[in-house]
Amino acid sequence: MRDALLQVSNLTAELGGDERPVRVCDGVGFAIRRGETMALLGESGCGKSMTALALMRLLPLGGRIVSGSVQLAGRELLTLTEREMRTVRGGGMGMIFQEPQTSLNPVLRVGDQIAEAVRLHGRLPRRRVTERVVELLRAVGIPDPARRASEYPHQLSGGMKQRVMIAMALAGDPQLLIADEPTTALDVTIQAQVLQLLKGLQRETGMAVLLITHDLGVVAETADRLAVMYAGQIVEQASVDAFFAQPAHPYSRKLLESVPSAGKRRGELAVIPGRVPPLDQAFEGCRFADRCPFVMETCRSGRIEWYQPNTEQWVRCLLWADPRSRFLPDEPGASPAAVGSDQVSEDARTDADALLVIEGLKVHFPIQKGLFRRTVGHVKAVDGVDLHIKPGQTLALVGESGCGKTTVGKGILQLEPPTGGQVRYTGVDLTRIAARQMRPYRKDLQIIFQDPFASMNPRMLVGDIVGEGMQSLGIERGRVPRRRRVAELLEQVGIGAQAMDRYPHEFSGGQRQRICIARALAVEPKVIVCDEPTSALDVSVQAQILNLLKRLQQELGLSYLFITHDISVVSYLAQEVAVMYLGRVVEQGTAAEVLDDPRHPYTKALLSAVPSMDKAGRREIIRLEGDMPSPSAPPVGCHFHPRCPEALPECRQAYPASVPITETHRAHCIRVDDQR
Amino acid sequence: MPVILITDALIFLLIAVGIVFGLYAARHEHLRGPWRQVGRSPVAVAALVVMLFYVGIGVLDSLHFHPRIEPLAEVGSPAATVNEADAVTGPDGKTTPDEQGTDASGSQRSAEQAQEITQAKDTISAAEPGASAPTYSTQIISVLDLLLSGLRERQEKTFSAPFATHLFVKEAIEQPDGSVVRAYPRLEHGGAHLEDPSQRSFDLLFRGLFGAIKGLMVWTAIMAGLIALLGWRRRQSFNDTATALWRGETAVPWRVVLITLAIMLVLSFTAAELGAKYHILGTDKVGEDVFYQSLKSIRTGLVIGTLTTLVMLPAAILLGIMAGYLGGRTDDVIQYLYTTLNSIPGVLLIAAAILMLQVYMTNNADQFESLVERADLRLLFLCIILGVTSWTGLCRLLRGESLKLREVDYVQAARALGVRHSTVIARHILPNVLHIVMITVVLDFSGLVLAEAVLSYVNIGVDPTMNSWGNMINSARLELARDPIVWWSLAAAFLFMFTLVLAANLLADVVRDAFDPRLRSAS
Repeated sequence: MRDALLQVSNLTAELGGDERPVRVCDGVGFAIRRGETMALLGESGCGKSMTALALMRLLPLGGRIVSGSVQLAGRELLTLTEREMRTVRGGGMGMIFQEPQTSLNPVLRVGDQIAEAVRLHGRLPRRRVTERVVELLRAVGIPDPARRASEYPHQLSGGMKQRVMIAMALAGDPQLLIADEPTTALDVTIQAQVLQLLKGLQRETGMAVLLITHDLGVVAETADRLAVMYAGQIVEQASVDAFFAQPAHPYSRKLLESVPSAGKRRGELAVIPGRVPPLDQAFEGCRFADRCPFVMETCRSGRIEWYQPNTEQWVRCLLWADPRSRFLPDEPGASPAAVGSDQVSEDARTDADALLVIEGLKVHFPIQKGLFRRTVGHVKAVDGVDLHIKPGQTLALVGESGCGKTTVGKGILQLEPPTGGQVRYTGVDLTRIAARQMRPYRKDLQIIFQDPFASMNPRMLVGDIVGEGMQSLGIERGRVPRRRRVAELLEQVGIGAQAMDRYPHEFSGGQRQRICIARALAVEPKVIVCDEPTSALDVSVQAQILNLLKRLQQELGLSYLFITHDISVVSYLAQEVAVMYLGRVVEQGTAAEVLDDPRHPYTKALLSAVPSMDKAGRREIIRLEGDMPSPSAPPVGCHFHPRCPEALPECRQAYPASVPITETHRAHCIRVDDQR
Repeated sequence: MPVILITDALIFLLIAVGIVFGLYAARHEHLRGPWRQVGRSPVAVAALVVMLFYVGIGVLDSLHFHPRIEPLAEVGSPAATVNEADAVTGPDGKTTPDEQGTDASGSQRSAEQAQEITQAKDTISAAEPGASAPTYSTQIISVLDLLLSGLRERQEKTFSAPFATHLFVKEAIEQPDGSVVRAYPRLEHGGAHLEDPSQRSFDLLFRGLFGAIKGLMVWTAIMAGLIALLGWRRRQSFNDTATALWRGETAVPWRVVLITLAIMLVLSFTAAELGAKYHILGTDKVGEDVFYQSLKSIRTGLVIGTLTTLVMLPAAILLGIMAGYLGGRTDDVIQYLYTTLNSIPGVLLIAAAILMLQVYMTNNADQFESLVERADLRLLFLCIILGVTSWTGLCRLLRGESLKLREVDYVQAARALGVRHSTVIARHILPNVLHIVMITVVLDFSGLVLAEAVLSYVNIGVDPTMNSWGNMINSARLELARDPIVWWSLAAAFLFMFTLVLAANLLADVVRDAFDPRLRSAS
């Protein structure tokens, strides 16, 4: 491309020792035009971030660029001295990182940190520096920028911090902004704000953006072109429209198919068998060959060249070697067969009695101060939540971080003692009984956690981890039958019995999550609280776990309380949905009712902020102002009214009562009736 | 007749605990891995070899017994000891400590030696009627004493420099012709075999070389045995194993082990050979061999360094984990306990406890069979009180870590599975804080050895009759003020303590690196 701002060709970088170097990016080449957004897409471990760091020449210790060239506006970067390179960083290319929490120095004022960046890239008089800082903060949409500049990072919310990071990156007027997973750590509504901000800035300044992400929705909404990375190589490059219309590489196609959505409810999600190969080996042929459903003899040897299925798409796949091929063939032997009769069972169960009834559940954490630990207030993490979980069904609890959804899960299991309300399981109120009497009910209520790395004791063998519950609850006391049962469970979750005598660290994230599921299943529970079980996993692994959960539900008749912030998972898995905001449920109903016809303004905003791959189905993003208030001092009246675009003066008076919309659909909003 | 002192029993317990832990660690990869890493570090194995020598001497010194009094020697030998002791204590045997002026510990020591002599006399008189039955002395000595009996018994009159043949102070010597001259008299033992003292350097060289050769021969034998064993385990020929070993191709740096071993063996054998005829580190004020004192001090140092940890560990682990895991009132109580304890100056607490014990022991002298037992009790008490003042640091660390672990998902999952609190602590919390315990124990060791020296220096450490580096330094205080200066007591104590503490610190560094999860994830 002639008018390319950034031209990368054949970039190869390595990490680690000479004996077994890890080739984090291998022959990577792409170009970005001025004012364009290019997305680098791929699962974790594919070398996306390392490619970005190689462009900046900021590879970690021991990393080196072996060959290739990186040209920014015609200037070769790889031959520059370190001193010259410093002016390029920030001046030519800015970078923002995934974790805004750790990217800011906590002991310096925000303004000073931005001023430092400003001073590095231009000799401004001191007074002008302060002005420029305020200007930058205003440009990234921070209200009252002059005051915010004198605050410390801990006084800002996550979204604000990411804005500050963007402001710092903008300080040098970069021609290219590299954004490494800029919104992964943020909530959807905040993510929408940040993505919008990036787009707006791009329009104003005409800078190019290299967006690194694993989220297909984000790519579809923000990028112009994309490159798919797999195992250190770019396997497909295309314009976004062409890609989502027809992904050319089998990996891209699988990736797209594994994203859950309402349309895929009836069947299983597509999964990619195996995992990304480690990068410390010499590859021969196509790197995806071992996991590819279309693999051919010729895939395994030689170098795979680029082919061009159409004018806007390039792909590194031999399926396109024949210029006549226009479509990726259907997968051999795979058919989107419905798993069970989902719909029938759903209908049959709708009027069944609830298995677990939660009424007015409250979990308050006291704020203690002073020498004698006087309680001066409460953090009302959960403040009156009503839920009904029916046998064999999935209730999804949706909300942004900090709204108290995890605490609801722990409150139900009595892991956090509830302050008030009832948790009735088969008629027994679990909040009233002593810890010892709780033990028989432990068997029926289980939990799966978010982080598969923290949820298993690293010092224990997998067999002991899975068998722990059986031992402690006296389900299988003998060692031999217990081991046999553990082996069965491990087979059931698709790990295999041979895993029993290994340690958790030998397994990948997805495999660990399966082991955690086996541990929960070991005591034959009726209800499992799934606390964001897939949010730490890649999309293809997430598909495997979701398939497993769904299969187990059908086989064993389990009920799930599925806590998540991911709307696409909800639409795929859940029969009922409850939306939480600031410790309370604001809207509740069947999945179809809530997701297709949201009535509460918060639900509407939340749903509109979810990035969608489907252009036609995209809603106008309802932009929410500000951040969620602190649960220690919730706003008077409706908790949502300070941010609500539809708020009325009455909203300030009292918390709105539950308004029924249909038999199953309810919302806490006084304006529900207006819209009918 | 073997005697097991309280500290001996605890040392054996500690060794047993160590062996049990070793077996446990061998079966658990998360413990075996880091230790294997320690074993592969050249610095660590060198330090380990040095420490093994120390531990070996310490263990030999912990096997105590009453020596049997031979019926034949009954009349001669103890009497000789008495005479000798009399000669040492001399006229001030029964005098009040005040006469000794500032040198309080010296006076105490001579007073106590006098007491022991009286006891010995009693024994002899008691033993005489039943001479047919085997009789045992009330004196308690260790296996090390037996091995070093030459060093122990060859006492001079007073100071003599290392390798000296003459005393360090002038004395009035009566010449054969009846005239009296003030001169340096020949030593009774040091270099006594030399007819002409001017041959000393040749003799030293010869004996030193002879010792070194003996050491090298023993070393060669050990090396051959090691290579044969390794070769047998790796199913390789002897030559291949030897080449691999000397090229440093083995996983465990055996080459470093062997080099360190060679140095230590050559040093030991040379010292043994020379020590048989000379006082290689000189003699102290009462003529006792300083080399012998230094070797005897090893046990004291090791006991302080290890038993203190043993005493404090249960309290620190139990209270720390309980405070962190259970939280609430338990946490408050334990936190107040250690905060209070921590705000009392440690030295003050130790001084108070030791002085109280001293008063008790003086008032109830009849409860103790011998001086050794008294000194041993005081040593144990010092360990306990040092433990009481030093457990708070570890307790605080463990509380913080347990506080973090309590919220970790796998602990939550265990609680959701109805696992009891005690089981959660034993199965989930304890194994995950063990690395902190390990690091603290190893790091504390050298600190405690040094603490003993400081405490003994200010006279609230171990019993003055007990050999310890602190006591050696304490007595060297005045010797340094003499002119010409007597430097060897201090130098010897310094050399032995320095070697041990340096080895311990080097080992501690490697252990910490191996067990610290942050460093492990970085590599």
